[in-house]
Amino acid sequence: MSSDALLFYAFAGVAVLGALLVVSQRNPVYSVLALIASFFGLSGLYVLLEAPFVAVVQIIIYAGAIMVLFLFTVMLLNVPREDAAEWDKSHPLYRPGAVRIGAVLALLMALQLGWALSRTPGLSAGVGDDTAAASSVSDLGVKLFSGAGDGSAGYMFAFEVTSILIIIAMVGAVVLARKRED
Amino acid sequence: MPIGHYLVLSGLLFCIGAVGVFLRRNLITMLLSVEIMLNAVNLTFVAFGRQFGTVDGQIITFFVMTVAAAEAAVGLALVIALFRTRESLNPEAFTTLKW
Amino acid sequence: MSGIIDYVTSPEFIAYSAIVGVVFMALQISAAVMVYAERKVSAFMQQRNGPNRVGPQGLLQPIADIVKLFFKEELRPKAADAFLFSLAPIISVTTAFLAFAPVPFGAPTTFFGLLDEPMALMIADVNVAVLVIFAVASMGVYGIVLAGWASNSKYSLLGGLRSSAQMISYELAYGMSLATVVMMADTMSLKEIVGQQSGYWLGVIPKWYIFPQFLGFFVFACAGIAETNRAPFDFPEAEQELVAGYHTEYSSMRFAMFFMAEYINMVTVSAVAVNLFLGGWHGPFIPTEYGWIWFVIKLAFLLFCYLWLRWTLPRFRYDQLMSFGWKVLLPLATVNLLLTAAGILYFNV
Repeated sequence: MSSDALLFYAFAGVAVLGALLVVSQRNPVYSVLALIASFFGLSGLYVLLEAPFVAVVQIIIYAGAIMVLFLFTVMLLNVPREDAAEWDKSHPLYRPGAVRIGAVLALLMALQLGWALSRTPGLSAGVGDDTAAASSVSDLGVKLFSGAGDGSAGYMFAFEVTSILIIIAMVGAVVLARKRED
Repeated sequence: MPIGHYLVLSGLLFCIGAVGVFLRRNLITMLLSVEIMLNAVNLTFVAFGRQFGTVDGQIITFFVMTVAAAEAAVGLALVIALFRTRESLNPEAFTTLKW
Repeated sequence: MSGIIDYVTSPEFIAYSAIVGVVFMALQISAAVMVYAERKVSAFMQQRNGPNRVGPQGLLQPIADIVKLFFKEELRPKAADAFLFSLAPIISVTTAFLAFAPVPFGAPTTFFGLLDEPMALMIADVNVAVLVIFAVASMGVYGIVLAGWASNSKYSLLGGLRSSAQMISYELAYGMSLATVVMMADTMSLKEIVGQQSGYWLGVIPKWYIFPQFLGFFVFACAGIAETNRAPFDFPEAEQELVAGYHTEYSSMRFAMFFMAEYINMVTVSAVAVNLFLGGWHGPFIPTEYGWIWFVIKLAFLLFCYLWLRWTLPRFRYDQLMSFGWKVLLPLATVNLLLTAAGILYFNV
């Protein structure tokens, strides 16, 4: 096995194991930590895909900022565990109410994804076998900050819209989390 | 590595995230599961971007990350506001609008 | 098999291993030296003698401290989360060591002709070094937050919460001050950033980024002190109000790891500041191949400033800290970024 394949399976294993732990942990703090481990696995995969900038940004934004926010909230609310009464040990398919519908939906979606993947042609084509990687940070910047039109589609408009989105989210978060005076 | 491996991995992660959203009864874990799903999609974007030799996949990933950050901020603010009124993170505790 | 042996015995490999070993040992020793320096400087400022019993002038005091910490009993509160309680100091100390990896500390050298090609005096020559340092620094907060939470004590929890809020707030200003230098240097590799600071303007002023980027240096210094949780921003610890905050419940070697991480982080932030703003290993009088001497001198000066600030300034109030971070430092960093961008566009550099 080539070293690339070994690294792929190692990082993929970390990512999947982390994700599984997120879903199966009862303690949200452990869930958050498992998700961080999963992000590190994904970051390694991005390096394998020759996207080092995405890999570093994944660590800075996701693991460094968003997850700290989650951890902060978990610690602030100080509700470490789901109540034992709410944690039903029976199989999700036999549980009443929304959980059962959810389980069926999740199962259907997994089946459908598997079906779609099995019918997609060209899956065995190697990633980046025939094309050189376009991953230099300056390429990325030029594409991100150039306008649409003139032959190549730029992303400047989307970029500006994103900044509006962030302002709205920020104002919304402050308004929502503020203590009411009444 | 064949592109299929990345797609299968991404599909697997997406399913794990979906299962978390559907089955867990804790708002914070549900939000975390949404993050897993978003990341699964990011992986496909970057993998396809690498296969076609363009940077577009990576750029879309940045937009997804931005949306994820906004979603986390608003989502957690909602969680805090909900926790203040009901002292619970179980989504089934919020039944005031049910008759 | 012989290929591996050839590789292991090649001068390049030996030189690289030596660099790694020297950096590792130097960081550990720097923590001990800093503890001694801290106590001596504070004693000097308060007109005391400071440690003077162990060895001449108390020079062996750090060793005595280390021996004491080794043989102390390891305590863990009963209600603490055992796994995270052990994990937290490990995260702290790992990120502290890791952050130094992409930091160059001297001009490329051939080790007196031992090597055919000059080797850079750094552990990992990454071309996005600035981002890597930023990423590792943002990981460091987990050690403190988890320590605070896992201890299951109210003082620790408050310390952990404060630290996460503080570090998120100051990270923005920190990142923006990094961005200004990256913009001016047009590269993210610390090695190249240092390379661009050689030479002089008008023959006398060294081409260090601190002169055009004084505001940036100020923001970087404030944010760096806050990131390393040092006075006047040492809220996570705050002995008087939080009885030492996040490491209240820690003892023995686990406590020593937090301690070591704090001092190593100071060294790293100072080293990054030297590289970004103070011209790295460039300086007059000393030939470039001995540039690391200049580097160490500048580093020692910045570290002394750390101690100086700690024993001079009183601690802020917590709300003052937050409003300073968001209402002063962040706007300042933003204005500086815009001005720098405008300047670069105007002068077309």
